[in-house]
Amino acid sequence: MADETISPDAGSWRRKDLLDTDTLSREEIALVLKTAEAMAEVRSRPMPKVATLRGITVVTLFYEQSTRTRASFEVAGKAMGADVVNLTASGSSVEKGESLVDTVRTLEAIGADIIVMRHSKSGAPALAARTTKARVVNGGDGQHAHPTQALLDVFTMQQHLGDLAGKRVVIVGDILHSRVARSNLWALMALGADVTLTGPATLLPQTLVGASEAGRCRTTTDFDAAIEGADVVMALRIQKERQATGLIPSLRDYIRGYQLNETRLARAKPGALVMHPGPKNEGIEVAPSVAAGAASVIDEQVANGVAVRMAVLYLMAGRAA
Amino acid sequence: MSRKQLLGPDDIGRSIRRIAHEIIENNRGTDGLLLVGLLTRGVPLAERLGTAIKEFEGVDVPVGRLDIGLYRDDIARRINPTPIRPSAMPRDIDGATVVLVDDVLFTGRSARAAMEALLDFGRPRRVRLAVLIDRGHRELPISPDFVGKNIPTGRGETVRVRLQEPDGEDGVYIDSEETVDG
Repeated sequence: MADETISPDAGSWRRKDLLDTDTLSREEIALVLKTAEAMAEVRSRPMPKVATLRGITVVTLFYEQSTRTRASFEVAGKAMGADVVNLTASGSSVEKGESLVDTVRTLEAIGADIIVMRHSKSGAPALAARTTKARVVNGGDGQHAHPTQALLDVFTMQQHLGDLAGKRVVIVGDILHSRVARSNLWALMALGADVTLTGPATLLPQTLVGASEAGRCRTTTDFDAAIEGADVVMALRIQKERQATGLIPSLRDYIRGYQLNETRLARAKPGALVMHPGPKNEGIEVAPSVAAGAASVIDEQVANGVAVRMAVLYLMAGRAA
Repeated sequence: MSRKQLLGPDDIGRSIRRIAHEIIENNRGTDGLLLVGLLTRGVPLAERLGTAIKEFEGVDVPVGRLDIGLYRDDIARRINPTPIRPSAMPRDIDGATVVLVDDVLFTGRSARAAMEALLDFGRPRRVRLAVLIDRGHRELPISPDFVGKNIPTGRGETVRVRLQEPDGEDGVYIDSEETVDG
């Protein structure tokens, strides 16, 4: 008679901030994912809104452009009744040269309970978190981390594959500069998945401190071998400016070796998932027919992003301990 | 801390059967009836009421589940928000006679939250409240329609309902000691 959904649940969230997935335990990730399931149910209702965060102020502070992350945090906050204020670097005092620390302190004084922050410099949200009593959620910082993207990715994988322990996930593209790859790696390893990072040698890290020690992560330049039998293939955006810096010889070479196309996908496990964190360059890292194909869960990732960000905001809305 | 058993498995079974009869009588049958259990322990109680009604009337009454975590009135005051789970309604609740089912009625705050949660799913014709235990100490003007047992308690005492489905046994206990009520 064991019914998992009615069994007492002991998990609780004890962190002030969410800066990365690297220190999250399996239990903490499970708590976010379980909460996200309940949020997905709320989103599926005819009236997909609750008043839980009434009186809570969420500020999105984006120093770097974003479509889906900022919009999905805003929708998530509003779907729970929070007041959401959006600030971008242009049009704020940031343009006048206000420092990050001053900006964050001003937001705290105005009454921000949660600050969602994106910045081009790695570590900026961690600096902000240290200088404010408001809770800080990293919405992507430099080449460091993008925790809510990783959480929505594992949420999407789990919806299709169930328990991720032993599942084979291949991430292909510019691993070296990718905060998405990094945060996904930590979350997937915590959940027991086997991760292969693949791309041109110039875009692969030489060493992964910690990760390779656990023995469940490897790097290779051979995408065709890596994709063999994979449960999930995640293609990352190739930033065209990388070509100018000489890290990619040419886009044609990249496409030849690393584009996720039909032929390559056929080598993965039947029913394998195709994922992409967006924004995607169709025809470069992923073939249009694959991005729009039956295996693609790219649109689900975006929809799940709202449920997962609702879960994060909900769990962080309590009084900081 | 001292623990005293108030009800055993047979007592719980009898209470559920009596409440099932009362629900049928109050509703003049089973038309439009929807049982909705409050997570966690209201859900197995609602399912057992459904089983009893099926036995008496030969009719399957739909059973839903409701998580009230998102409707609590104390989120910003708590250090840790309660974990929440998905709610599920087996039918459109518009026009239904909904019986909300919970294990213990105490301050009435959960029942208030449950009504708000339910009304987000639609506009039922009537809403009733069934509880296994009413322990008093209401803080809101809420009164149950169906009660298994009224138990006078001190504010500092804790009533624990344990049910086979989540807990592995049926029993109602009272713990005496100044503890924080959940």
